[in-house]
Amino acid sequence: MNSKRDHGGLDRRGFLGVGAGTAATLPLLSSLAGAATPPPAPPPDPRAATNVTLRINGQDHRLAIDPRTSLLDALRDHAGLTGAKKGCDHGQCGACTVLVDGTRVLSCLTFAVMAQGREITTIEGLAGPGGALHPMQQAFIDHDAFQCGYCTPGQIMSAVACVQEGHAQSDADIREYMSGNLCRCAAYPNIVAAVRQAKSEMEGA
Amino acid sequence: MRPFQYERADTLEGAVKAAGTGGATQFIAGGTTLSDLMKLDVMRPERLVDVNPAAGGPAGRIEATKSGLRLGAMVRMAEAAEHPAVKTDYPVIAQALQLAASQQIRNMASLGGNLLQRTRCEYFRQVSWPCNKREPGSGCAAMDGVNRLHAVLGTSDACIASYPGDFAQALVALDAVVETVREKGGARRIALSDLHRPPGDTPQVETVLEPGELITAITVPAGPWTRRSLYLKIRDRDSYAFALASAAVALDLDGEVVREARIALGGIATVPWRAREAEAALRGKTMDEAAATAAAEAALAGAQPRGDNAFKVPLAKQTIVRALMDAKRMET
Ligand SMILES: Cc1cc2nc3c(=O)[nH]c(=O)nc-3n(C[C@H](O)[C@H](O)[C@H](O)COP(=O)(O)OP(=O)(O)OC[C@H]3O[C@@H](n4cnc5c(N)ncnc54)[C@H](O)[C@@H]3O)c2cc1C
Ligand code: SF4
Ligand code: FES
Ligand code: FES
Repeated sequence: MNSKRDHGGLDRRGFLGVGAGTAATLPLLSSLAGAATPPPAPPPDPRAATNVTLRINGQDHRLAIDPRTSLLDALRDHAGLTGAKKGCDHGQCGACTVLVDGTRVLSCLTFAVMAQGREITTIEGLAGPGGALHPMQQAFIDHDAFQCGYCTPGQIMSAVACVQEGHAQSDADIREYMSGNLCRCAAYPNIVAAVRQAKSEMEGA
Repeated sequence: MRPFQYERADTLEGAVKAAGTGGATQFIAGGTTLSDLMKLDVMRPERLVDVNPAAGGPAGRIEATKSGLRLGAMVRMAEAAEHPAVKTDYPVIAQALQLAASQQIRNMASLGGNLLQRTRCEYFRQVSWPCNKREPGSGCAAMDGVNRLHAVLGTSDACIASYPGDFAQALVALDAVVETVREKGGARRIALSDLHRPPGDTPQVETVLEPGELITAITVPAGPWTRRSLYLKIRDRDSYAFALASAAVALDLDGEVVREARIALGGIATVPWRAREAEAALRGKTMDEAAATAAAEAALAGAQPRGDNAFKVPLAKQTIVRALMDAKRMET
């Protein structure tokens, strides 16, 4: 299902990519003038789509995107991975948290072109083979660590990294290092309990 | 967001070359200030030069030696905050970084970019308002507007925006220096206390950096005060908030007597604010609450509150007193 969605995005945007490709042949015209130093090529159109390959959840996605596209929009609108959420789009809520090379970052403040060559992990890539839930996902269910669920993918990605960083040593530690993820439903006590449970499972495993 | 050209630079030299000296190019490191303000149409670069690939070189390293600390400009906030030598020998730096933003942002943000973060003045961030910093000559909506978060020190008739960061205060207190490179004129060293410019008549000019000038490293000299140092940050919520008032302090004590005190203030000033009057007031004094209070009074003597931010004057004084007393009690 995923790959089908990717193709949809690629075809629609790929059309723009072709346009950019033909623009690149323009300098040929200058050779007609026969001058030793051809006039400088016109500056490339900054709006032209550029081809990027993003490695998301172990799979390469070839996308033709405007350089202005955030990693969050590339994931959601181009790669069809709508798990990461857009809460604020300004770095203030954490709903868009994903892992880049194993480190938690905000995909809304990352330009997708800058994530090339990096290993991106989203909530869709967390479950094990056969769909077995990650201990953090299971812990959020066990502890009812959400209400509306909008912040949850970001909370879970952030929490996985929080444990891996060694920043879940106490409840106070968890609260401090999870403070970049806001929950409008205020499920905070249950989130702390979920992280505590998953930590012992992740470290026991 | 306006369209821009995107370029990667593998080395710092390459980045400087790619940027040239035209004002329309911005370096991008973590992007946590820049992409935010580009989305708001407050910053409008025509070209971005991505300096992240250079993080593999010296710009991405921390070196701690007897003579001091050298922090590459591309080091991430989170890495510097957790560096063992920074934590033990320069706790004020580690804490200022640790108490800033969120872990996600600290993982992204570079030390160089951190110094150049822009004010959080809401009128600056919303293009529909007059703002002398964003649009010189348009006026200042904060002057008689909602100015609870604004500065009480270093203000001018043109702008009262506070410098929002934390790290720069720790650096200013410790006499840090930034090293830069330029395409024309080469490398130079700028004292951190000279890097940021108070608003004056030109609030749009925030630093002494030239267009296309790249920060490569920050150096912090060793000193007998760096171990007995801390950063106290007072906020509206316990975490993930900008400072209402903050104090970076470092003490060199002879028993209970102050040989040397270093104090810088955040949240209340237009630039990272070195409180030299407060330092002078402490020198040679017994470090007690009365001396700390006198120092705090000296630091805020020139404060000019403007409406909603009057509470910052007593808050800043209390912050200084508590920070000094906590630093005195530190075991080093
Ligand atoms: C929600 C939120 C909360 C925050 N809370 C805090 C807080 O509590 N305390 C705090 O201190 N900060 C806070 N910040 C600000 C954050 O720390 C800065 O945005 C960050 O440090 C900027 O670094 P960057 O690498 O992302 O810079 P970028 O966004 O990449 O760049 C910022 C500016 O610096 C320039 N630049 C970058 N690197 C260099 C260089 N080496 N040489 C010359 N110019 C350069 C860029 O051209 C740009 O103009 C917060 C940010 C957000 C979004
Ligand atoms: S305080 Fe400064 S940044 Fe804020 S509106 Fe006034 S001029 Fe603009
Ligand atoms: S959507 Fe990225 S932090 Fe809110
Ligand atoms: S569960 Fe609703 S915002 Fe967190």
